[in-house]
Amino acid sequence: MTRFVMVIDTRTCIGCGDCVVACKTENNVPEGLNRDWVVEATSGTYPDLKTEFRSERCNHCSNPTCVTLCPTGASHLWKDTNIVLVEPEKCTGCKACIAACPYDARLVMHPEGYIDKCTFCHHRVEEGLDPACVSSCPTGCMYFGTLDDPHSEVSQLLKTRNHKVLKPETGNEPNVYYLI
Amino acid sequence: MTEELLVTARSNELIDPGLHIWTWEVAMYLFMGGLTAGVMIFAALAIARGKEELAPFAATRLALFAPVLLSIGMTTLFLDLEHKLYVYRFYTAFTLTSPMSWGAWILIVVYPISVLQILSTIRAGYPALASLVDRVAIGRSLVDWCERYRMQIALSVIPFAVALGIYTGILLSAFGARPFWNSGVLGILFLVSGMSTAAALVVLVARQHAEKDLFTRIDLILILAEIGLVALMLISLASGSGQHINALQSVMGGAYTLEFWLFFVSIGLLIPLLLETLEISGVSKSLAMLAPVLVLVGGYALRQVVLDAGQESTWTHYETQYSSELLERLHEENP
Repeated sequence: MTRFVMVIDTRTCIGCGDCVVACKTENNVPEGLNRDWVVEATSGTYPDLKTEFRSERCNHCSNPTCVTLCPTGASHLWKDTNIVLVEPEKCTGCKACIAACPYDARLVMHPEGYIDKCTFCHHRVEEGLDPACVSSCPTGCMYFGTLDDPHSEVSQLLKTRNHKVLKPETGNEPNVYYLI
Repeated sequence: MTEELLVTARSNELIDPGLHIWTWEVAMYLFMGGLTAGVMIFAALAIARGKEELAPFAATRLALFAPVLLSIGMTTLFLDLEHKLYVYRFYTAFTLTSPMSWGAWILIVVYPISVLQILSTIRAGYPALASLVDRVAIGRSLVDWCERYRMQIALSVIPFAVALGIYTGILLSAFGARPFWNSGVLGILFLVSGMSTAAALVVLVARQHAEKDLFTRIDLILILAEIGLVALMLISLASGSGQHINALQSVMGGAYTLEFWLFFVSIGLLIPLLLETLEISGVSKSLAMLAPVLVLVGGYALRQVVLDAGQESTWTHYETQYSSELLERLHEENP
């Protein structure tokens, strides 16, 4: 299985939200719905405060509970990768996958009603391109690639920089990494 | 301290600001599913244990309630689906790891089994209805066949009815992402609650005093079992990890405290327990019809409160300053 990961450098992210706009434009995400978002996490006590910006989306988990709990097989893995997609023609809109996602990364498509989510822009990945959010980042803080190649940029970054994933204790083995 | 704030707009409907994907439609289905399971179990047990004389209603008439109640539940469940035209997709796949997929197939099996169960006692229970079925040759021979194998049908109903009653709880407990649901006790709790509501239904509808008395006693035992299971569920949450302890807070001072302790525990369990004890001991019979009504209310309250509290319990929570009303206002100003 090819393991695609996204690596986001929280030290160079400025929280501009271009990734969010790029996603909506690239994927025609309807008004009011979002496949990605930016979180500003502030910790500490004044005046010793520390702020971290995180661009967040589906983690395309290695243990995707949304796929295992989907009754119809609509939530599935793209080809032989960890990219989680939804097949609208198989989706009943039962919302089990929404309940199954510890990151609340899914949404109900309007007006149709099937469940939608970040696709890691698999249509671009197929052509050898980065996802739209990664391509459009003005500070270049987002990286995309596969961990199967030890020399890839993402592999090298994770080897040399401190990093974390969100809520690893869920057991879902998320694949969006944050450099800290 | 840490504050996590959404700085880009995110107001995905049903998900933000807090998860609220499943509402009364699903609670009603879980309630009706449990009630149906209980109805089928008691109707089968009355035959299997030879209690036709002591419990004539349960043995001959109760089974007809099953498909009616289940259909009400399945209708509300259908109302909950967001992509309704694709409902048939439940039956073009079987996913071993998805309790919802198991449930979809259990429902398909339960309906014909329920019909056989009804036909096996229809002549005794509903003579007018039976005469209609008997007018058609194939109906007559089917009823003959079902009557001949009444015992075997009753015995084979039980595992499927138990599966129906238990799966609704397992369905929720399989969501590791929602800590409040993530307890193995939930499946058994929903089954016992379903049986308790079915016993209450018999007490309400049966005519003979002896049968009402029998099912009041059965219900009393089931309520006691349910209280024990609820206590176990709370203990397992309280002794769990931080996520579980946080989840427990929603019924221990949080948003669903009143719903849980007043509607489910007090009205649904403790008051009926007291009333039924008084009735059995012969102290007071004036409120005999109140207890089963409260048990049914409590059975629904259990599903609703578990559904609500589970959706509130989460791994991720962000504060948001975004309001979808702002977008609407913008539209009004720039039509």
